[in-house]
Amino acid sequence: MRERCLKTVTELARTDERIVFIGSDLGVGVMADFKAAFPDRFFMEGVAEQNLVGMAAGMAMEGRIVFLNTIATFLTRRCFEQVVVDLCMHNVNVRLIGNGGGVVYAPLGPTHLATDDLAIMRSIPNMTIIAPADADEMARAVRATVDYPGPVYIRVAKGHDPVVTTETEDFQIGRGVPMRDGHDALIVTTGVGLQVCLAAADQLTASGIDATVLHMPTVKPLDTESLTAAVERVPVVVTVEEHSIVGGLGSAVAEFLAEADLLGLRKFRRIGFPDVFPSGYGDQAGMMRRHGISPDAVTATVKELLVPRSRRRLSEINRSGLWPKFDRVV
Amino acid sequence: MTATQTLDARSQQLRRLVVRMLKGARRGHVGSAFSVIDILRVLYDDVLRFDPANPKWTGRDRCILSKGHGCLALYALLADKGFFPHSELDSVCAADSILGGHPDANKVAGVEASTGALGHGLSIGLGMALHLRIARSDSKVFVILGDGECNEGSVWEAAMCAGKHRLANFTAIVDYNKHQAYGSTREVQDLEPFTDKWQAFGFAVREVDGHNIDELRSVFTSLPLDSSKPTAIIAHTIKGKGAPFAENNMKWHHKNKVTDQEVENLLTAIGGSNNA
Repeated sequence: MRERCLKTVTELARTDERIVFIGSDLGVGVMADFKAAFPDRFFMEGVAEQNLVGMAAGMAMEGRIVFLNTIATFLTRRCFEQVVVDLCMHNVNVRLIGNGGGVVYAPLGPTHLATDDLAIMRSIPNMTIIAPADADEMARAVRATVDYPGPVYIRVAKGHDPVVTTETEDFQIGRGVPMRDGHDALIVTTGVGLQVCLAAADQLTASGIDATVLHMPTVKPLDTESLTAAVERVPVVVTVEEHSIVGGLGSAVAEFLAEADLLGLRKFRRIGFPDVFPSGYGDQAGMMRRHGISPDAVTATVKELLVPRSRRRLSEINRSGLWPKFDRVV
Repeated sequence: MTATQTLDARSQQLRRLVVRMLKGARRGHVGSAFSVIDILRVLYDDVLRFDPANPKWTGRDRCILSKGHGCLALYALLADKGFFPHSELDSVCAADSILGGHPDANKVAGVEASTGALGHGLSIGLGMALHLRIARSDSKVFVILGDGECNEGSVWEAAMCAGKHRLANFTAIVDYNKHQAYGSTREVQDLEPFTDKWQAFGFAVREVDGHNIDELRSVFTSLPLDSSKPTAIIAHTIKGKGAPFAENNMKWHHKNKVTDQEVENLLTAIGGSNNA
């Protein structure tokens, strides 16, 4: 995913002289094509994230479109004030490419786990947050950022995630992507949570439960229109993210549903890392699984929230348009 | 140069504008503004290229007041040059004013970057200077730092980067009045050997008297000091310069509840007239 992301930046730079790349101290050979083709627009400026963000802001104030790449935790935690003041207060066109969003760096321990990046970025006015599910979607998303106004945080997952998105049209920032359709439950997810949710949806289908899977590659601004349309048909809503349950997609969905009076008697759960620093090492999938971010866990949560006895009947009532009564039946 | 009478009419007039703002706001970083105002005066009167009718003119020089708390001095110069009407100076810190206790680039024409949180301006200016180099522009970038601000690690990240790029279009000016909020810089976080530090980071360095107009003009109009290096000007200044009772007096670093009597005392101490 990261490779496709950076390759796309290089492609874009060939026809757009505004584009500049800034890295910190990335691996040997990263962006070699970009550097060879556009040496005056390539910057590798060391382990100094505060300065990287500030200089990116200065370039963007001059009309450049800056793609800035380093590890997600350092872009979000380390230089938070620069992101707030230099990028967001000035509302400049800097695209922060955060490597290792979530627990990609599980073997490296908690200093490298970006389980709060969405929450951190969500708290800042003017910031847009994108978390693609796979390399194809990443390429489309990066292209969409070029002329999008203001700062954008792009969350990069691990490489070689299975490609599950099927869209061929241009990526629309701020638009959710319905991936499955069902009337029994709504599963809202982002990033590589989509792979988990699609597998969970398959398991649920096998159990006779039809779930809508709504993928939110843009976490901010949240596509509340798609969310509203999807929620109105279901008795159960579950959010799934490779992130803390505090402040990320689940929080965004909960805040919206509560304030739009859409919760009613619907059951709602957030699946993500609990409010602790994830412990242990291992690998990304293992760490997610240990903390309940897995197809099995999502399936179990949906089943638990549905009332097995009456599920089918209620589903039918729901389809018949008698949904308000359904609330009381439950 | 410490005595009040050494201020010429222009320096007196600009300080009187600062006092005008104090009268409306009843608060402000007086000592910081008086410390940096002669540096800004020389930049805006004699050095910078700008067009108040077109503040974003691409051919302009960029000047960032990274020590944003010195903004009363910047507002005085920007109003004086016609970036906004003088009448705005009476509204500083009012709820709907464009002028706050730190400068906001989204509101004030001529302010290149919103500052206030310290340690940001040098990196932003560095980004601008790198852009100008790519664009083959002959515009220059000036960033004015406080001495206390140089406690911030981000200042030195930016300095290291500017030195690496040998950015001759980039000048850092430090308003070195030797005082920060708690006390002397020597006591709080000693910067010395200050010149050596900037040199070690790849800058050509010159120390000047930050209130000597001729000396400032002479140095600022002969930049860069070295055509293969960024420049650092260490301007020795006096906090509160121009009002002897406020000079090096930490009570005047940031002053609250400024009274009419204090306004009068400041105007008397400064001398001069509202026109220069």
